[in-house]
Amino acid sequence: MSTLTQEAQLARAKGPIPTPAPTQDTAVRTGRVARTFIYLVLLLFALFYLLPFGIMVINSLKPLSEITGGNMLALPQDWTIAPWLSAWSTAQIGVEPTGLRPYFLNSILMVVPAVAISTMLGALNGYVLTKWRFRGDTILFGLMLFACFIPFQIVLIPMARMLGLLGLAGTTAGLILVHVVYGLGFTTLYFRNYYAAFPTELVRAAMIDGAGFFRIFWRIILPVSGPIAVVSVIWQFTNIWNDFLFGASFAAGSSAPMTVALNNLVNSSTGVKEYNVHFAGAILAALPTLIVYVVAGRYFVRGLMAGSVKG
Amino acid sequence: MGFLDINHVTKSYGSVQVLHEVDISVNEGEFLVLVGPSGCGKSTLLNMIAGLEGITSGDIAINGRVVNGMHPARRNIAMVFQSYALYPNMTVGQNITFGLEMHGTPRPERDAALARIAKMLQIDHLLDRKPSQLSGGQRQRVAMGRALVRDPAVFLFDEPLSNLDAKLRVDMRTEIKKLHQRLGRTIVYVTHDQIEAMTLSTRIAVMNKGYVQQFGTPKEIYDTPTNLFVASFMGSPSMNLLPVRVAMLNGSPHAELTDGEGVKMHLRLGQANLAGQEGREVILGIRPEAITDPEGADRKSGNIQHLRTRVGVTEPAGADTFVTTTLSGKDVVARMRADAAVAPGAPFDFAVNMDKAVVFDPRTEERIPA
Repeated sequence: MSTLTQEAQLARAKGPIPTPAPTQDTAVRTGRVARTFIYLVLLLFALFYLLPFGIMVINSLKPLSEITGGNMLALPQDWTIAPWLSAWSTAQIGVEPTGLRPYFLNSILMVVPAVAISTMLGALNGYVLTKWRFRGDTILFGLMLFACFIPFQIVLIPMARMLGLLGLAGTTAGLILVHVVYGLGFTTLYFRNYYAAFPTELVRAAMIDGAGFFRIFWRIILPVSGPIAVVSVIWQFTNIWNDFLFGASFAAGSSAPMTVALNNLVNSSTGVKEYNVHFAGAILAALPTLIVYVVAGRYFVRGLMAGSVKG
Repeated sequence: MGFLDINHVTKSYGSVQVLHEVDISVNEGEFLVLVGPSGCGKSTLLNMIAGLEGITSGDIAINGRVVNGMHPARRNIAMVFQSYALYPNMTVGQNITFGLEMHGTPRPERDAALARIAKMLQIDHLLDRKPSQLSGGQRQRVAMGRALVRDPAVFLFDEPLSNLDAKLRVDMRTEIKKLHQRLGRTIVYVTHDQIEAMTLSTRIAVMNKGYVQQFGTPKEIYDTPTNLFVASFMGSPSMNLLPVRVAMLNGSPHAELTDGEGVKMHLRLGQANLAGQEGREVILGIRPEAITDPEGADRKSGNIQHLRTRVGVTEPAGADTFVTTTLSGKDVVARMRADAAVAPGAPFDFAVNMDKAVVFDPRTEERIPA
């Protein structure tokens, strides 16, 4: 080390001693204590919220005798997956011993097209309402928003009449139609707000480049719609999958969705109430939405923010 | 009739008229700049040429073909946007060739055109990148490449340099000018920057409040502005505009003005048609570079007038020194050589080149023609 740097160090050591006023150090230290406390509280709350789900899982894995014996909160003594198998394929749903499997399939057949169609139409609506504006477009958008605030019960009877006229009563196709119509308000809202922040100059550039209405949508707009599409898909998937009222009203019998079948499983008035099977069935019914959230949940929050802040 | 003709074009949004009877005509290969403050209608006019906005009345013709109502893609134009408007999901190469693809150009031709343009703009190493991975200047080049590859009849530029930093802006300005000289294509260029307008154009349309104030070559616009708006908008520092009175001395018209202390002074006017209008209030317009130190005065000028008055502030700017003084109650800027012997607060002999002076009517704000 040269003498020069040594001198410099000496000079620095002779410099003013830092006062013990609030410094970066103390701030971090108090922060650490506060942070530990915050994490502790959060952990407690998380456990508290997970409790019902935990109870469900525990009870779905024990024989019925252990539940009726009064040990609902205890861990299973005999671990078994029999209730799950029963709920899936052999349990009595209404009058048929089919398990939830066919109804699970019904729900998939309903939810996939309904989500896809409502999301695509919402994107198209949002594109038109922001990039191909016309006289009265804001009023039209306002009217479409009404769909978000109409309670399900109000449309039950008119919808039943419509489905009857269209010959779709009691079918999965009819249910898809209902959910698409009902979801359009939300999906349009999402996409419109998202596209409002999308630079119109890009659309103009594409027009000059010679792209038409659908080509611009397909090649320019859709490829950048990922975040908001995730929002729309999660929202629609959760709502449609969890819907009971429309399912029970418009698709009873063999085309009923999962939620209605679960109700029929749990509410059967004959025989012994197999709580362990009911728990397993309820988890089965909730599983798809759970998976969607786990896989795409962070995009949901991100996309929701992007749409709302910039719109 | 020229290559690009704008005949009696107007634009209204409901009852609000944003463009009034615009008449502009330029020949093939000209560089037309539409310049004016924001809200003057220049971008609207450009969008109307592009076909992105409808025409309320009048017509626009490109190469003798009226394009009113024609789809932008069929007008044989290409446009560079202020925000560059690069497609964020496509690579640079795809961005440039998108227009060709939409027009059904086969792949090999597209690739050849891309290679040619990329080489010309020196962006061949960027072709596989996404726009988000480019710097501002590179994006600017890609945007230009996208326009160039189409080889259109008319290029439209909408404030293409306003998002760049000062140094890059000057560089790109030169490149655009080079490009124009090389390609010889007709360009319509919108800007609010009067220096860009002066340096790039072969023809300028100065616009304000929906009216074309003056349409002419840069020299016409600069030397003989048609009204006070054009005079004050074009040029930096802007033209000195002094309220003066016409006085007759020795049988020729003079401008009578006062210096900072209220002493009357006279400058002989070159315009003979002001003779006999003694006492008329007019506005005298003199560019800063027409007021110099006596040694720096233009020797070819036939009418150098000297004014002895007190110097206010001096602002050395390297190449020039800007000197401020007060005449007729207004601050007057003079542009002098950097080594002019001028001191703040001291009296100085200003040389005014009255050949370059223009005179305006204060009521109509129009120039009084010589």
